[in-house]
Amino acid sequence: MGWSLGANNAANIFGPAVGTRMVRFKVAATVASIFVILGAVISGAGAADTLGALGAVNALAGSFTVALAAAATVSWMTRVKIPVSASQAVVGGIIGWNLFTGSPTDFNSLTKIFISWVSSPILAAIFSLVIFRILKFFLDKSRVHLLEVDIFNRIGLILVGAFGAYSLGANNIANVMGVFVPASPFKSLSLGSLFALSGTQQLFFLGGLAIAIGIFTYSYRVMITVGNEIFHLTPVAALVVVLAESMVLFMFASQTLQKWLLSAGLPPIPLVPISSSQAAIGAVIGIALAKGGKGINYGVLGKIASGWITTPISATILTFVALFFVQNVFEMQVIHSVDYKITPGVLSRLAEEKIPPAPISPLTDKSFHNPVQFRSALQKYHDWSENQLSTIFKYAQKDSFNVQYDSVVVHMLTPKLSEKQIRAVKLLNGMSFSYKWQLNTALENAGESWRPRNGTEATLFNEELRKQKEAIFKLFSVPTR
Amino acid sequence: MALLLKKTKELEAQIDEYLDLVDRGGLIFKQGLKLYLEKREDEFEERMQDLRGMESKGDALRREIERMIYQQTLIPESRGDVLGLLESTDRVLNLLADTLLGFSVESPDIPSDIHHQFMDLAEASISSVESLVMAIRSYFRDFSASRDYINKVLFYEKESDKISEKIKRNIFSKTMDLSKKMHLRGFAYHIELISDEAEDVCDRLVIAAIKRHI
Repeated sequence: MGWSLGANNAANIFGPAVGTRMVRFKVAATVASIFVILGAVISGAGAADTLGALGAVNALAGSFTVALAAAATVSWMTRVKIPVSASQAVVGGIIGWNLFTGSPTDFNSLTKIFISWVSSPILAAIFSLVIFRILKFFLDKSRVHLLEVDIFNRIGLILVGAFGAYSLGANNIANVMGVFVPASPFKSLSLGSLFALSGTQQLFFLGGLAIAIGIFTYSYRVMITVGNEIFHLTPVAALVVVLAESMVLFMFASQTLQKWLLSAGLPPIPLVPISSSQAAIGAVIGIALAKGGKGINYGVLGKIASGWITTPISATILTFVALFFVQNVFEMQVIHSVDYKITPGVLSRLAEEKIPPAPISPLTDKSFHNPVQFRSALQKYHDWSENQLSTIFKYAQKDSFNVQYDSVVVHMLTPKLSEKQIRAVKLLNGMSFSYKWQLNTALENAGESWRPRNGTEATLFNEELRKQKEAIFKLFSVPTR
Repeated sequence: MALLLKKTKELEAQIDEYLDLVDRGGLIFKQGLKLYLEKREDEFEERMQDLRGMESKGDALRREIERMIYQQTLIPESRGDVLGLLESTDRVLNLLADTLLGFSVESPDIPSDIHHQFMDLAEASISSVESLVMAIRSYFRDFSASRDYINKVLFYEKESDKISEKIKRNIFSKTMDLSKKMHLRGFAYHIELISDEAEDVCDRLVIAAIKRHI
């Protein structure tokens, strides 16, 4: 998956530059590889979180099957010449896993993802139109010599290419490694106090390496094809396309930008893996519109739109079938057993979330060992919506937490905890919890600093708080098996 | 980056120098013709040698520019156009030198009543060359302005066609040997050819300018 991403998608960033011979392939490949890895490791978490929220594929064999089925969908659809994006295939794959294992699908995330897919080419078109107009105005006024334009263009293509590669890594690493995150075997690694890599970051580094290998081994031909046949643009237009595309990729990947928007009181942009090819096509259309809108092949647009539906559905079906084979023929575990248990505590917690307790109460104190069992038991008493199920699954999932306070470890957590928060954690030392929400409540009761806030600028704080809590959950989690 | 820009500036200067040569070549041609008609032979020969020197210098400069553009893969999208422009401009410079050389070698005996017509013809032809040089310069910096100069080149080319025709009619209406008539006609034709070459360069330039529209 990483290899094919490198082989194909790097061309969307450096294709026009290499295809028009403005930048040598070796330079392009080196810059692209370095920045893809940096982007993946530094900013990859945002988009991966969204995929994680859609469905947590928690067993390695399951992750493998999902990735494989998604990759197979991509290559099959490419063969029948339907424009396809890895992002869409992976989302389809995760839904396939959810369906197969009976895990609930988070429709909230799904809607966010779908809206992002539709808006990304449109945004890219708007960006490229505006940038193109500005740049053209500037170039016409400034009377820069053709040869100087050429030099600035080259430098621009490399800089923008680096930004594009960073954004590509940040945005699309989720496609490559997102499904492996919940099942990751890596532990946090720190070298001194300066340099720390979380397990996820190590995973993303590996994915980044795979992308880099893809870039070096196979992307040259794709770059030439993209640069010469698909998007034959003037070098300046190429620069605009790559810049617009990179900005869109960055927007849907950057947690920093999200934080900034939140602190400015603006609605945040969802962090979602999008298709770089479709953003690029959108940007090219933007250029065409800036030139008067002639010669746009609207059939291509229709094909893209159909890809939003057909790709995820194909990947869903393929993953479902593949999981069946992996589980029943190869006897691999595609989902770790997750225990669900309804206790009176869970019931009252659910009541707070406006889930009527009556239809659940018959299940009180029964244990369920996988989502399929739990789902059918729940449905027996009431016809739940997928959203309600999602909530019930969330609160009824059994975990095991044992708070063993260790000053050094707690101080080293990323994101960093405040001193007040650390004191609150210390208060919980020695306690055990069997549900995640119990630990959460205990934290909130132990200190003001762990409680979510209301009002303006609260969103940013709450987002940070959520991440801090996730870090605490991970730290004190006790493996149950 | 500073180094890259320095090299680019050098190349820009070379292109400008080359265009200066063509521009000056036109002026020297006019001057040379005037001296020839006034029968100031020594001064004429001097101009002719100047022009031949400029022609070979132009050749060397053009080769150097082309070598640099291709060796450093500069302006990959427009280098073919630039190459074509420089080479066809070089033909204009060659034609200027060759025509003046023709006067020196063949010493045509031009009747004094058509002297001014020959001067007019040279004026029109060289004006087209001057406008051409301006058009090429603006192709590099401000390509939307090159359109104005291209229009001028086309105008002067038509003008020199008309004058040349007048000269030819004039020559053939005179009573003199046919061999002499044909000899003189050849010179009118060659001076007219200069503006035709300039027009050919312009035709390339129009397309190149369209391609430069980003």
